[in-house]
Amino acid sequence: MTEETTMPQFEEYDYGFSDDVQPVFSTGRGLTEDVVRAISREKKEPQWMLDFRLKSFHAYEKMPMPDFGPDLSDLDLEHMLYYQKATDKQYRDWEDVPDKIKETFDRLGVPEAERKYLAGSSAQYESEVVYHNMREEFEKLGIIFTDMDTGLREYPEIVQEYFSTLVKPTDNKFSALNSAVWSGGTFIYVPKGVRTDIPIQSYFRINAENSGQFERTLIIVDEGASVNYVEGCTAPNYSSDSLHAAVVEVFVKRDGYCRYTTIQNWSKNVYSLETKRAQAMENATMEWVDGNLGSKMTMKYPSVYLDGEGARGTMLSIAVAGEGVDQDSGARMIHAAPNTSSSIVSKSIAKDGGAVDYRGTVRFERDSDGSFAHVECDTIIMDDRSSSDTIPYNTILNGNVSMEHEAKVSKISEEQLYYLMSRGISEAKATEMIIMGFVEPFTKELPMEYAVELNRLISYEMEGSVG
Amino acid sequence: MSKLEIIDLHVGIDGKEILKGVNLEMNTGEIHAIMGPNGTGKSTLSETIMGNPKYEVLQGQIKLDGQNILEMPVDERARAGLFLAMQYPAEIQGVTNAEFMRAAINARRAEDDQISVMAFLKKLDQRMAFLDMTEEMSERYLNEGFSGGEKKRNEILQLMMIEPKFAILDEIDSGLDIDALQVVSKGVNEMRGANFGALIITHYQRLLNYIVPDYVHIMMGGKIVTTGDASLAQRLENEGYVGIRDELGLDIKLTDDESK
Repeated sequence: MTEETTMPQFEEYDYGFSDDVQPVFSTGRGLTEDVVRAISREKKEPQWMLDFRLKSFHAYEKMPMPDFGPDLSDLDLEHMLYYQKATDKQYRDWEDVPDKIKETFDRLGVPEAERKYLAGSSAQYESEVVYHNMREEFEKLGIIFTDMDTGLREYPEIVQEYFSTLVKPTDNKFSALNSAVWSGGTFIYVPKGVRTDIPIQSYFRINAENSGQFERTLIIVDEGASVNYVEGCTAPNYSSDSLHAAVVEVFVKRDGYCRYTTIQNWSKNVYSLETKRAQAMENATMEWVDGNLGSKMTMKYPSVYLDGEGARGTMLSIAVAGEGVDQDSGARMIHAAPNTSSSIVSKSIAKDGGAVDYRGTVRFERDSDGSFAHVECDTIIMDDRSSSDTIPYNTILNGNVSMEHEAKVSKISEEQLYYLMSRGISEAKATEMIIMGFVEPFTKELPMEYAVELNRLISYEMEGSVG
Repeated sequence: MSKLEIIDLHVGIDGKEILKGVNLEMNTGEIHAIMGPNGTGKSTLSETIMGNPKYEVLQGQIKLDGQNILEMPVDERARAGLFLAMQYPAEIQGVTNAEFMRAAINARRAEDDQISVMAFLKKLDQRMAFLDMTEEMSERYLNEGFSGGEKKRNEILQLMMIEPKFAILDEIDSGLDIDALQVVSKGVNEMRGANFGALIITHYQRLLNYIVPDYVHIMMGGKIVTTGDASLAQRLENEGYVGIRDELGLDIKLTDDESK
């Protein structure tokens, strides 16, 4: 193959702009007990939440960094901003949103998404939700869809019943950190038997340099109910490191269904260290659809605790790691009841020296008779500088279960390239088509607009990768 | 009229010389057939014309309308008017047949003059109906899970969509039942005309009953050893390669029997 000299070089990060929005309130850099108290006071939280935050903070102080996965030693937790608020009131009507912030959302395409099919939108800017819109239909159905802070204020009984019961502060250092300083995030409650096909969506965005974003999401899908939640993330490109340490808890009750779709396109200085966990009860289904592009480092292993008989859990993920990117992600499926099933399909692409590793756990507990798990890891490594590992952990404590594991690592096939090029398609376009084809099983699961955006992002990522 | 010239072509693969001085000239409006025993370099010739990077040109030239194409990468050769219907088409997951063919057509057109979806679909529907292909074939992933016959049919569909100046059909008849063979032949015959030339590579005379060639070349030992009209293929059918070889007094070892 010959050099393609006219190929554009690696694109500037597409959403790498930042606005000069002055925060109304900020706790300054670094984390102390006073900062935690200040956050809680600023939010006018009940005592139990302050106690929870303080307990979490002390746990955080004592806990070690993770002893596996990527090297986090460059992460400077001392000089980070832990809380700031861009505006001091929440907006429901788009017209009332300040122009500066609106401009950011404009560039992210939020209003467009809104026009087309947004069911209800809460777009996170900095650490607070500034724009919130809920369609009447949701209210009529009794679906609660709000930001987590409002959720705590308006639905304290529900929040207190579920909050942090799946992800304990002591689970890992970053869940402890999140528990201490969390702000924003999404709260959804879908009442018994209420089913809706319209996706509920939310956009997240880190804006201020060095600001940590610690959103906290709690979703409860009651018996026989269903919800499809979509979250898209992009972040501006700053010179020093930002941290995103979210905690997500999803409860799917008997016969319930939840799909949680995430597209993350962090700029290449963001540490994304997340704890996402779901519980599926009898005959309930939990599906994670997870796309990760960019970031400096990602550690994310969404899990499903299959706690009810016949529960199903799936994970479909795509990870793309370019230059300077380390994606360490996977899934955890814990089979703790009979006749449960799980499926993990992980697709990854590594290029320009990027590293993309699959780290996953499948665990069959003693009481998991007749359960089944399927794991499939498929990786394309685009050049010799990039790397990929598959690190599965399987624990089987029951003799009557079955498990499949397939892993495949390949390069862009010369044979496929040749075939496409023999029809007149350029090497660059042919490579893009092969990559798009590779991720297609993922993109076809996304709402149309997300699929379009993801294809566009991947196509940017692939530019300059040939020749 | 376009002209494809192959001049004293020597080609090797993995350090072994396969083609040892092939000369061939063809014009649009003509159908040429190349026949020859196994291992004689027929596929090497077709892959080299297309530009498969696995094959190394040791000597000689390939010219399209006077321009040496050996320096061109595969995609450029294709856009210049060459097409290779492959013996083993690649399978590509996630890329639909229709999407692929539209990309191929658009690769030949300017950025601001891409084929409209309607025009494309109209052409596609018409060609697929002609080749007795079901509509769902266009939405299936490219060659994935296609039977041998479906793959070959799909190659001919691409040929009819792209409309190249010269098509090389590399053993398009292998693995086809008689119905598929007829459909494939029908497609090639439909393309026949003043602006189209084809080079048909085959083991068997049977295909040439359906696509009657203007010229038949017999290749042995990496060279074209004799050329004639359609009756040469018939003669070959009767006498076999050994007969032709002995008649020409050639000292070539035929590997066919050993390789089988």
